[in-house]
Amino acid sequence: MSELYDRGKIQIENLLRNARAQADQRGFDRFPIVDVDSHHYEDRRWDEIIPYIEDDGIRDWARAMTERSGKAAATTITTAQVGNQEVSGRILRAGRNQLADLRDLSAEQRKHDDVARMLWAMDMMGIDYTIMFPTPMLHLSLHPAAEVEVALARAYTRWLTEELLPQDDRIRTLAYLPFNDPEASLRMIEEFGDTPGVVGFMVTSIRYRPVHANEYAPVYAALQERGLPLAFHAAYNWHEQSMTQLNKFISAHALGFSFCNIIHMTNMIVNGIPERFPGLKLAWVESGLAWIPFLMQRLDNEYLMRTSEAPLLKRLPSDYMRDMYFSTQPMERTAPTGMMRESFEMMNAENTLLYSSDYPHWDFDVPSVIYDLPFLTDRARHKILGGNACELFGLPTDKRAPASAAEAGLAPMVGEAVPVASTLS
Amino acid sequence: MPVSENGTAQEVAAARVLVGSASDFREGDRKLVQVAGRTVGVFRVEGRFYAYENTCLHQGGPVCEGRYFPKMTAVVTGDGRVLGEKYDESEPHLVCPWHGWEFDLRTGEFCGDRSKKLRSYTVETEGDEVYVA
Ligand code: FES
Repeated sequence: MSELYDRGKIQIENLLRNARAQADQRGFDRFPIVDVDSHHYEDRRWDEIIPYIEDDGIRDWARAMTERSGKAAATTITTAQVGNQEVSGRILRAGRNQLADLRDLSAEQRKHDDVARMLWAMDMMGIDYTIMFPTPMLHLSLHPAAEVEVALARAYTRWLTEELLPQDDRIRTLAYLPFNDPEASLRMIEEFGDTPGVVGFMVTSIRYRPVHANEYAPVYAALQERGLPLAFHAAYNWHEQSMTQLNKFISAHALGFSFCNIIHMTNMIVNGIPERFPGLKLAWVESGLAWIPFLMQRLDNEYLMRTSEAPLLKRLPSDYMRDMYFSTQPMERTAPTGMMRESFEMMNAENTLLYSSDYPHWDFDVPSVIYDLPFLTDRARHKILGGNACELFGLPTDKRAPASAAEAGLAPMVGEAVPVASTLS
Repeated sequence: MPVSENGTAQEVAAARVLVGSASDFREGDRKLVQVAGRTVGVFRVEGRFYAYENTCLHQGGPVCEGRYFPKMTAVVTGDGRVLGEKYDESEPHLVCPWHGWEFDLRTGEFCGDRSKKLRSYTVETEGDEVYVA
């Protein structure tokens, strides 16, 4: 048998070819598709980002670590997590290891490699606009020194908005707020709020400073005044005290990505942030969807017994949640269809959900995951896949992805659509 | 549509498609071929041929281009303690490269729910020639 396993790996020519076939079969050229959460690997670009660090001490620290550790610099100046995203090598992520081996995309397009890779993936999936996030920087929030979070957030944002985003307006960003320093966060909003390509701001959710603290009032006020959304991007923190009991990546990941946003959402609601800042647009990214009906029921049930403990609330906690936005990935799809339909109704899905792929991360969702849900109307499909995001982030509604595989430079693909499993049952 | 012994409907191609010569296939080799507009992976495992559509049951990923891994098992003592994990090389899995769904390479069964199977194709050999039908 070992002979067999010796031949267990082949070169994949185009990892996303099937996604392009799905786009053709479903006619994704008929309506705009916006991906509100995709990623690049900024840790491979620290040599480009480091010159943007303004603080002399931190810049030299970063440079010295790069010289010592090469690509590992990102994890010596920022913070690292123990990971097993690829299940010990089973999952092959395009952003890491595919296609670029075969041809040099960036030379072909005369664009930065991160821009070229992102556009390629968008073209394959039929996505018109994307909001691109960093990867290891999602853990920067755990850095023990707030000034490092500030310095790297500023350097990354300046690099991104000066070098990458001007190359193609299909790629946008929610700029990183160094939330461990509320004053620096406010300065970021003032400085980058009007920068082309910036459609709002994001906070990475693994952190310990309570989001309802009064020191954030000026931050929320500034976002409200400018009408810019604030997204809480989830992550896992295996070093979180409760999580250290978990021995497997599946456990730390499954719980961690919902846990952090459950904490922040609970603080936001119980402390009446939506009443104090009624125009603040909040989006919750990458916690999946199953936690939403769970938390709605938990908070509503307890609120009705303890209204005097949350005196700012005028409505049920779930009512406030139904006014917020949620990214769809990784969408749990194992419940019976009826239960999923009810959940979608409960969270006002048609108006609050924003499709996200999370590509090229290991648990990414192709647009068909939404498109093939059997209980959605066409109107709901189109809104979740793009319309809601266009409205929230002020994006154009034109089609930018190629209309077909042929237009994307691939041989035409035939065969009828095979619906992606909406549920296992 | 003919139904195989296990009750799963099988795809019928309009015409047989020549995959290549059997002697070109070493143990574990695979080829991707087009059959009636679909991409099909043809595998040689323990001297036998298997063919599956290159479309994963999860989100439609290119499952036939994934890696092989042996079945993972847990080593449990008689008194219920876990001593570790060991591969069982006698059950090779084909792992979808998109999100890691694992399929039994010799049956196409989804290892997370054995009632689900990859769409399989009949492989015929004539002399040294291998066809998918
Ligand atoms: S598409 Fe195959 S594992 Fe997801």
